[in-house]
Amino acid sequence: MAKKTGAEILWECMIREGVEVVFGLPGGAIMPVYDAMLYYPVHHVLVRHEQGAAHMADGYARASGKVGVAMSTSGPGATNLVTGIATAMMDSSPIVCITGQVHSHLIGGDAFQETDVTGITLPITKHNFLVTRADEVADVVRQAFYIARSGRPGPVLIDICKDAQVDEVEFIYPEKISLPGYHPPKNAPLDDLKQAAELIDQAESPVILAGHGVMMSGATEILRTFATKTQTPVAMTLLGLGAFPASDPLSLGMMGMHGEAYCNLAIQNADLLLAFGMRFDDRVTANLRTYAPRARKIHIEIDPSEVHKNVEVDIPLVGDLKTVLTDLVPMVDEHDHEAWRAEIEAWRRESQARDILYWADDGKLYTAHVIRNIWEATGGDAILTTGVGQHQMWSAQYYCMEKPNRLITSGGAGTMGFGLPATIGAWFAQPEKEIWLVDGDGSFQMTQAELSTAVQEGANIKIAIMNNRFLGMVRQWQEFFFDSRYSGTPLNGPNFVKIAEAHGIPGKQVSTPGDVLPAIEFARQTEGPVVLEFQVEKEEAVYPMVPTGADLDKMIRRPVREQPQAAD
Amino acid sequence: MQQLTLIALVENKPGVLNRVASLFRRRNFNIESLNVGRTEKPDISRMTIVLENGNVDARKAEANLYKLVNVIDVQDVTNQPAVTRDLALIKVSATSEQRAEIANLASIFRARIVDVAPDSVIVEITGTEDKIEGLIELLSPMGILEMVRTGQVAMMRGTATGIRYAPRGNGHQSGDNSHG
Repeated sequence: MAKKTGAEILWECMIREGVEVVFGLPGGAIMPVYDAMLYYPVHHVLVRHEQGAAHMADGYARASGKVGVAMSTSGPGATNLVTGIATAMMDSSPIVCITGQVHSHLIGGDAFQETDVTGITLPITKHNFLVTRADEVADVVRQAFYIARSGRPGPVLIDICKDAQVDEVEFIYPEKISLPGYHPPKNAPLDDLKQAAELIDQAESPVILAGHGVMMSGATEILRTFATKTQTPVAMTLLGLGAFPASDPLSLGMMGMHGEAYCNLAIQNADLLLAFGMRFDDRVTANLRTYAPRARKIHIEIDPSEVHKNVEVDIPLVGDLKTVLTDLVPMVDEHDHEAWRAEIEAWRRESQARDILYWADDGKLYTAHVIRNIWEATGGDAILTTGVGQHQMWSAQYYCMEKPNRLITSGGAGTMGFGLPATIGAWFAQPEKEIWLVDGDGSFQMTQAELSTAVQEGANIKIAIMNNRFLGMVRQWQEFFFDSRYSGTPLNGPNFVKIAEAHGIPGKQVSTPGDVLPAIEFARQTEGPVVLEFQVEKEEAVYPMVPTGADLDKMIRRPVREQPQAAD
Repeated sequence: MQQLTLIALVENKPGVLNRVASLFRRRNFNIESLNVGRTEKPDISRMTIVLENGNVDARKAEANLYKLVNVIDVQDVTNQPAVTRDLALIKVSATSEQRAEIANLASIFRARIVDVAPDSVIVEITGTEDKIEGLIELLSPMGILEMVRTGQVAMMRGTATGIRYAPRGNGHQSGDNSHG
C-alpha cells in the first residue's frame, strides 16, 4: 500500500467529509498542509486575520448546514482563532479548526511560535485533539467532523505537530469511529412523552419558545405542524428567528431583552412554556426569580446539561428535537386557545402603536427604517448577517424571517466583528443567494480588513453599514443607566465609501430617507461586493428594552408619538 | 457539609484529568477530592470525584461530565451501598515515651506505624473519611507535623451500580455520515 504524509492524509479525510472550501492563513508550522493542499480539489480562501477564518467557517456552517473549516499556523495564528471558536461554541456552530503545531519533540520547550493551543481552547471547544504522530491523523479527522456536526454541534480543534504532517505512514481510511464515551441522545422515553402530552392538553395559555435547535435538528416543519394543531403561539430566540414564519398569525416574533413587548407579556402570562431547542439564556429570561411565574415548563433539548441549568422545568425531554416532536405530535389533541390568542392580539395592537415603523417621515434616517427597506427590496428572502449591537437588534426586529437559516448572527458570545467574515463564509455556502450584511460602524471596523478577502474572492455580498458614530448599544446603556455619560463610546470613524473605493468596491453614502431605496437598488443591481454607508440618527435607542436584572415584562417602552397614521 | 461521591470511567488518554478539572472550574463546582488511577482495563481510567454539594447536584455533575467526549460512564454512589476508602499518612511529633500511646491509638483504629524516627512517627490509616477524621482528632494534641491523603476511592458492593441519571444509549452509530 502506498504511503502518504500526515498532511496528505488530512486532505484525503477532509475531502471524504465533503470539504470543498477552507478559510485560513499559512505560516511555518502548517506549511506541509498548505503544500499538500495544492493536490486536492479544495478551494482555499486567504483571510487577512485568522479571526476572520474562524468566523467565515462559522458563517459557512450556518448557511450550509455543513461543517466549516478554518486553518492557521501555530502560536499567534492559532490564538487569533480563539474569538471565532468561542463564538461558534456559544452558538453551537459546527466548525473544525486545523492548527499547525511545532515538532512533537519540541513541545513544552517554548519553541518559536509554540503555544499550548489545546490548553487554551479546551473550555471553548466541544472537543480538541493534539496530534503528534502521522498515524493518528485519519482517526482524529474522522472523529473531529463527527463530533462537530452530531448531537449538539460545536467547534472542534485539531492541533497537528509539524512532524505528524510530514511523516509518511500507510493510509487506511477508518470506516468506523471509535468514541466509547460519545452518545448523542435521540428519543425521549415514552412515559415522559405521555406526561408532556397531558400537560399540553391541559394548558389554556401555552407559548412555544423556539430556539436555534429547531433549525439545527431540521424541525421547522414539524414545529409548524405542532403549533398549528395545538394553536400555540411561537416566540423565538434571536438565533431561533426563522424557525417559524414571521407572517404566521401564531408568530410572536423575538423574545427577551429586546423582544416584542407582546411576546414577553405572553411568556409572563403563560400557563405552559414549551422550550424547544433553546437554553433559557439570561438575555431571554431576564430576572429568573420572576420568570413566567405561572407556567409549567416542558424542555426538549439535546444537551442534558442544559436541562434545569437556568430554569427548573417540569418535564425534560432529552433527545433530538425533530425526533421528539415527531413522536409527540400524534399524542396531543387539537386545541383552539381562542381566548388566549385574543388576549395576545390586544397586546400586539398596543405594541404596534408604539412601533417606529409607523412614524411619519421626519427627514431623519433611522436604522429600523433602512432595515425595513432592505427587507422590502429583498422580499424578506435574503440571507441576513449582522455584527453585534443596536443594528443587530433592529435587524432581528425588522428583517422578519419567513424561512430557516437566513439570519446569521453572533448570539451567545455577542462578538462584534462577526459580520463581514461570516458574510463571506455564507456566500461560499450559498453563492446563488442574495446576501446582505447589516453592520454597525463599530462592529464593522473590527474585521474591516476582510474587505480585501471579499474582493479577492469576488464575493457577491451587499454591505450596509449603519453609521451612528457611536458604539451604539453601549451608548444606549449609558443613556439609560449612566445619566448619558458617554464614556468611550463616540466613534470618529472613517469615510466608509472611501475605504470601499480603496478596495475597488463601489459604494454610496446615504443621509436622507429619500436616497435609501435607490442605494439599495444600486447595490442589488451591482455584481460583487458593494458598500452602503447609512448616516443614521446618532442617539436612537432600541425599544423595548428589559434592563438587566429586571422582570421580563418590565420593559422600557418607546414613547408613543402622536400621529394620524399609527396602525390601530 | 453534604458531599457528593461520583465514579467516572474515562478513556485513558493524555489530558483527560485536565478536561475534568477544567470543566469543574468553569462550572464553578468545588472539588473536595479527586482520585484517578488505572482499572482492570488498560484503556480505561477510573476517577472517584467528591464534590461539595454547594451549587451542584449529582444529576448536574453527571450531565456536564457527559459533555466530555472522553467520559464513558458516570455513577452517583452518594448514600449508596458502596465501599469508600481514603488512605492517610500522618507524621506525628513523638518522643520515645509517647510512642506507646500512639501505637495504642493506632491499633484501636486498625492503623499502623510505618516509620519511626527519634522524634516522630508516621501513622498509616485506611478507612472511611469519618474514621480518619477521628484518628486525626486524637493525634492532633501531640502535634501533627505533616499529613497526606489520597482522597476517597469508592466501589459499589456486589453487582449493584450507582445511580445513572441519564441512561446511556446503545452505543453511537459508528460510521454515521449524516450532516448535523
